[in-house]
Amino acid sequence: MLLTGHQRIALEAMANAIRQSIIEMLVSAGSGHTAGPLGMADVFTVLYFHTLRHDPSNPAWEGRDRLILSNGHICPVLYATMAHAGYFPTEELNTLRKFGSRLQGHPHREFLPALETSSGPLGEGLSQAVGMAIADAMDKKAGERRIYCLMSDGELEEGQTWEAGMLAGKWALHNLVALIDRNNIQIDGFTENVMPLEPLADKWRAWKWHVLEVDGHNVAAIAAAFDEAKSVYEKPTMIIAHTIPGKGVAEFERDFHWHGKPPDAEQGEMALRELRATAQQISSEPE
Amino acid sequence: MLNAALRLNSHLFDDDVEQIAIRSGFGDGLVRAGETSPLVVVLSGDLTESAQALAFKKKFPDRFVELGVAEQNMASVASGMAAMGKIPFITSYAMFSPGRNWEQVRTTIAYNDRAVKIAGSHAGVSVGPDGGTHQAIEDIAITRVIPRMMVICPCDAIEARKATEAAVWTGTPVYLRLARNKTPVMTTDDTPFEIGRAQTVWTSAAPTVGLVATGALLHKALLAARALHDDGVDVEVVNLSTIKPIDEESLIALAKRTGRLVTIEEHQIRGGMGSAVAECLVRHFPVPMEFIGVDDRFGQSGTPEQLIEYYGMGRDAIMVAVHRVLER
Ligand SMILES: Cc1ncc(C[n+]2csc(CCOP(=O)(O)OP(=O)(O)O)c2C)c(N)n1
Ligand SMILES: [Mg+2]
Repeated sequence: MLLTGHQRIALEAMANAIRQSIIEMLVSAGSGHTAGPLGMADVFTVLYFHTLRHDPSNPAWEGRDRLILSNGHICPVLYATMAHAGYFPTEELNTLRKFGSRLQGHPHREFLPALETSSGPLGEGLSQAVGMAIADAMDKKAGERRIYCLMSDGELEEGQTWEAGMLAGKWALHNLVALIDRNNIQIDGFTENVMPLEPLADKWRAWKWHVLEVDGHNVAAIAAAFDEAKSVYEKPTMIIAHTIPGKGVAEFERDFHWHGKPPDAEQGEMALRELRATAQQISSEPE
Repeated sequence: MLNAALRLNSHLFDDDVEQIAIRSGFGDGLVRAGETSPLVVVLSGDLTESAQALAFKKKFPDRFVELGVAEQNMASVASGMAAMGKIPFITSYAMFSPGRNWEQVRTTIAYNDRAVKIAGSHAGVSVGPDGGTHQAIEDIAITRVIPRMMVICPCDAIEARKATEAAVWTGTPVYLRLARNKTPVMTTDDTPFEIGRAQTVWTSAAPTVGLVATGALLHKALLAARALHDDGVDVEVVNLSTIKPIDEESLIALAKRTGRLVTIEEHQIRGGMGSAVAECLVRHFPVPMEFIGVDDRFGQSGTPEQLIEYYGMGRDAIMVAVHRVLER
């Protein structure tokens, strides 16, 4: 189902608001990751405000789709999106990483039960998503709800990812949709220098996945990819989302040094100014 | 009072005592190790700067291998390199190495008898805001049960540097347990260091309790010892930086001198350094013991200081434990 112009603009505005929240929460936390969360804001927005079947007022609803965040370090975007979607007040976002906060430095279900899994250690999410998808296949529930797994490119270097990928292909888990944040950075540098992953799409195709590549900042394209996945009945779907790390703040973009540090107060102000200007532009776009 | 023979930092009780991260002492030691032995090679799992391999990489780029985020592979690749005569150091966070790659460490390194050195940074809850997933508090337990493995938890950056240099020559696998955050420097370049040797850092004429500490919490133990002295309770404080092989002789002598012990570690109580001390004393000279450590819980986000207090490992908690063991 194609997005209407009105829907597209609403999603872009929401992604912008989420980016602003990310900046504010990182500045207040004084530590945390900047590049990945900003880069994934559009994907999270499409998921929570378009694709996912979920009920923020009833997070325990059995019929909900499951969203597994494997690369837990980008949780600022998860928390910000959940807050904007109504899971908890946006005011709580500035407790990120502080003692006693539900918003732990890496997602922890014990503190925030609305999370499907705890994560932070890389490479473990896809296996859990595959386990959920297999359980639903056994129970003939594969048609009722879908399992989504978000991953990073750096974490694909963990062998466990490939073990899970093979298994999903073997079971032809059409109720499973995974998405890779292909932002080409990790901590030690550009991914293709640290550990070449290409040809990435071919690798997943070889494990019997249906592979799509999208512009990870085009909300309409992202929505269309998730929709296409619903029509694939013989394979799991892998969406390779090409994103720009730090997207939305020119100074942070494409620079791996922003992987794991927060903006200071001044950089935060600068980033918010830029994002507010973008918000102005979005609101004046023709539908 | 402080044991003068150890030539400790005379400012260690000052409020503005110099603070350096233990992991950075490891980074310095790694460069020195590289200078003294051309066989030393360093492997990194996408944490080169944070796990302190960067200085080595810059100095010896030809002896550095980047594996990406792949700790299991890293352990076994290091085993292979050791088989060809290298002395590999594998560097990551303790939760992932020796956490995630524990079985590779056990089989391809220890069982195979390969002298790979495992440097695990970010051990303990003092990792802080990253939260429980990144705070390794089970690593002493899982390494000390592996035959041939030596386990060293330095108390400060200087001791970490010395332990790193010494680890090169053991001919065995070694686990170096390192902390992320800046902590007080207690030793000096002149403080003696030997793997396997416990050191009495605080002495009393007639100590009634022995405090055995490992890692940066040694500083909290010393603060407790000084405060206890002012309250009229005299204790002895021992730095047990080598947890395995454990210095049985010194521990038995300490138990005989004091008759009561409190162990102090930034680790789960179950299976940690205190357990190792208990295993030794129960066999040779049982005495009442109390354990300072994390009591069967996971870590969480917070400042290092908040978490040390919350999990009951601060100065006051140590003093309470001393009084508890005295009442037994
Ligand atoms: C098992 C494991 N090893 C190491 C780490 C430390 N770590 C955290 S993020 C990261 C970089 C991974 O690359 P990517 O997820 O692509 O980073 P991003 O694009 O978000 O900057 C590493 C090595 C970890 N969290 N888990
Ligand atoms: Mg990346």
